[in-house]
Amino acid sequence: MSDPTIVVEGLVKRFGDTEVLKGIDLEVANREVVCVIGPSGSGKSTLLRCINRLEEPTAGRIVVDGVEVTDPRVDLDRVRTSMGMVFQQFNLFPHKTALGNVTLALRTVLKLDRRAADERGRAMLERVGLAARADAYPSRLSGGQQQRVAIARALAMEPTVMLFDEVTSALDPELVGEVLGVMRDLAEGGMTMVVVTHEMGFARTVADRVVFVDEGVIVEQGPPVEVIGNPRQARTRAFLSKVL
Amino acid sequence: MDRLLDEFFDLDVIADLFPGLVTEAMKNTLVFTLLGFSGGLALGLVLALMRISRTRWLRWPAAAVVDLFRGLPALLVIVFIGFGVPIAFPGLEYPFRKYTPGCMALALVAGAYIAETVRAGIEGVPRGQMEAARSLGMRYRTAMRRVVLPQAFRLVIPPLTNELALLFKDTSLLAVLGTEAGGKEILKYVRDAVNRTGDTSPLVAGGLAYLVITLPLLRAVAVLEGRARASR
Repeated sequence: MSDPTIVVEGLVKRFGDTEVLKGIDLEVANREVVCVIGPSGSGKSTLLRCINRLEEPTAGRIVVDGVEVTDPRVDLDRVRTSMGMVFQQFNLFPHKTALGNVTLALRTVLKLDRRAADERGRAMLERVGLAARADAYPSRLSGGQQQRVAIARALAMEPTVMLFDEVTSALDPELVGEVLGVMRDLAEGGMTMVVVTHEMGFARTVADRVVFVDEGVIVEQGPPVEVIGNPRQARTRAFLSKVL
Repeated sequence: MDRLLDEFFDLDVIADLFPGLVTEAMKNTLVFTLLGFSGGLALGLVLALMRISRTRWLRWPAAAVVDLFRGLPALLVIVFIGFGVPIAFPGLEYPFRKYTPGCMALALVAGAYIAETVRAGIEGVPRGQMEAARSLGMRYRTAMRRVVLPQAFRLVIPPLTNELALLFKDTSLLAVLGTEAGGKEILKYVRDAVNRTGDTSPLVAGGLAYLVITLPLLRAVAVLEGRARASR
């Protein structure tokens, strides 16, 4: 078996006096889809944000695709291009069209010229089913469409890993399906994914592994049939009884 | 009543002010305003970026400069730059003596206020914007320039327009510099006319010259603010 794509070792994160992550060890294999579940405030979003160092880990070591992200000398901007991230609040750039959102980093980071960037940008929008809305501004798009543009924007950088941070939590229920559909396609295409989610249906059917996090530690992990279908830990059972 | 009309609205005296009131006084006032505002905008942007920096050695001096020039009366700054500095450094000669000291003083004062406005604008842009840009691998500078600042400036266009109107009026303070250290702006021009004619009418004409510019500007601020509220 090849080296894991993501390695997290002894990750600790404190905000002031509050210890949000209390020593997390996690490995994600190439092409694996890991769903992280847990109550709000359990630290699962912080875990995700530490992987691309949007949050600065207090202690621990993180390696992504062979590069030690936590090395102080690492070129952080460079390693971030290998990790796409999608946010709960979409965070589309409101002053740019859908296409402009997808191409901005292609042009400023990857230094593609306008034609090459537009071409790749349109291909990415096509992939999330939004080729027709390329020239629309985010304010003209539904929440589901905005989130799909955000996914296209991250995918355009051709990352080796995709990080999803509760990406359907801010959506109206009827718009959740289209976003999960895009993520399902991605998973089937072999993308390595870490998905923080409350969508148990998605976790059950798409995840290779489910990780249950509570109070800053991994309580239980394994295939979805076990963790969701037949949890061993009392805390996991308590959590699932509330959300299922 | 006739005396009043004569004293304040003597049309002959007012007619004599032209074309100089427009070609010299208003022109100079506009030059001071636009150069002072451009300088203030550049200075304000730099100070704002320094104030939100993670480095204390950038934050602290910027805060000091902003507090200093917001805390001092604009008139004192103008006199200091126009008269104080040349006295302190006898060899120093301002290039473009008619405009440089006045524009510098206005830019310093305006820059301090604009810095606070721009900083508020930057802080008004949701944090997620910077995070999304950084997560795509953009450098801080690129993210600031291409993602955050365009949105911040859109937020602060109404207050900046307001500051432009204030600065336009503050150019009248440059009247203290006299013709030696400053180009004649509207107030200086009409005061000289008052002294020459012994009639108050030039002041009325000067006041109208200010209003011609400030009223549309203030109107624009109201419209821009209304639009900003509507888009929220």
